[in-house]
Amino acid sequence: MGATVLSNDELLRHADRAMVLAQRLTEWIAHAPDLEEDMALANLGLDLLGQARSLYTLAGAREGAGRTEDDFAYLREAREFRNPALVEQPNGDFAATIVRQFLHDAYAIEWWTARVDGPDPDVGALAAKVVKETTYHLRYSRGWLVRLGDGTDESHRRTSAAVDALWPFVGDLFAPSDAALRPGFDDRVAAGFADATVSVPAGAEAFTPATEPSPLLVELLAEMQSLHRAHPGVSW
Amino acid sequence: MSVDRVRRLVDAVPDPELPHVTIGDLGMVRSVRSSSFGIVVEITPTYTGCPATEAIVDAVRAAIGEAGYGPASVEMVLDPPWTTDDITEQGREKLRKAGIAPPPEIAGDLEAVIDLPAPCPRCHSRRTRRLGDFGATACKAPHVCQACGEPFELFKPI
Repeated sequence: MGATVLSNDELLRHADRAMVLAQRLTEWIAHAPDLEEDMALANLGLDLLGQARSLYTLAGAREGAGRTEDDFAYLREAREFRNPALVEQPNGDFAATIVRQFLHDAYAIEWWTARVDGPDPDVGALAAKVVKETTYHLRYSRGWLVRLGDGTDESHRRTSAAVDALWPFVGDLFAPSDAALRPGFDDRVAAGFADATVSVPAGAEAFTPATEPSPLLVELLAEMQSLHRAHPGVSW
Repeated sequence: MSVDRVRRLVDAVPDPELPHVTIGDLGMVRSVRSSSFGIVVEITPTYTGCPATEAIVDAVRAAIGEAGYGPASVEMVLDPPWTTDDITEQGREKLRKAGIAPPPEIAGDLEAVIDLPAPCPRCHSRRTRRLGDFGATACKAPHVCQACGEPFELFKPI
């Protein structure tokens, strides 16, 4: 323990990544292309919500100031959220949701795998299970990436457009401490894109995080936090 | 007070989302002990985001309280993490009877079993097809048997 555990900043970065993506995925509920995908996207969101809750709870316990998971999720301002911008991006069409999920999952499996035998035992215990959950997420997102990319002309066109639109946010997924994860991510993405017959955009990871929170995040949180702000202290 | 008796009460609490099996069948009960503050139960959650976890904690407290052994505190332990390998043989048989294919044993290597065809819980054929990755609950995947034509769910190995 001590200096080797993850900082609360890093715990919140990953809790926020999972929380924001979970919120985006729930926007698909009752709107997905068919019933199976509706349930799949909701279940992906549910797993991510569970990961966020565990990380928020751990951050609150370590902070020792009595903050709960709800305090972190519902009572922080957008400028306090640390999630990478990729997960804020709008759902767009189904192809855009799948490409966003695939890029996220390819990163997430590398990050969680590195935590399993890492120096933080609390995160390690969580990671052992999250790696398995993420294995299913990746099979889902990669499976659809390939079917859409290597599908019809229209699905290929939409998948390629989504890759071009979302690729600029890839660099922002990687915190400086994540540098060792990048080769594994690149291999997964290259193999997935090759099977999907879409190309990796060249040198276009141009996104630089702004000092102000994005309007996308502000709007997402406004909806997510509205109930809690209207009824302070509400619980289920 | 008999801790063994309380353990049996706790083991018999049904899973709210899979009422045909108990939390004992699923291997979620890590320990039951008696302390100076009352009964302490250690439970390990199944899926990280399983919405049934809180209902299970309430049900365990209620079962102990109704039998007159309360008050009880229920603690969540994450380490070592739960895996479907913890489901008992009795639990697997109950799943089969409910039309749910039990998960194959993982033994530390999920990649090795994730694409294995699930055996049909009705006719035992392995000529089955996965229809999706997520069913009505996150822990199950919808399948159809191509031998007997019946739909069924697989309890996914995790």
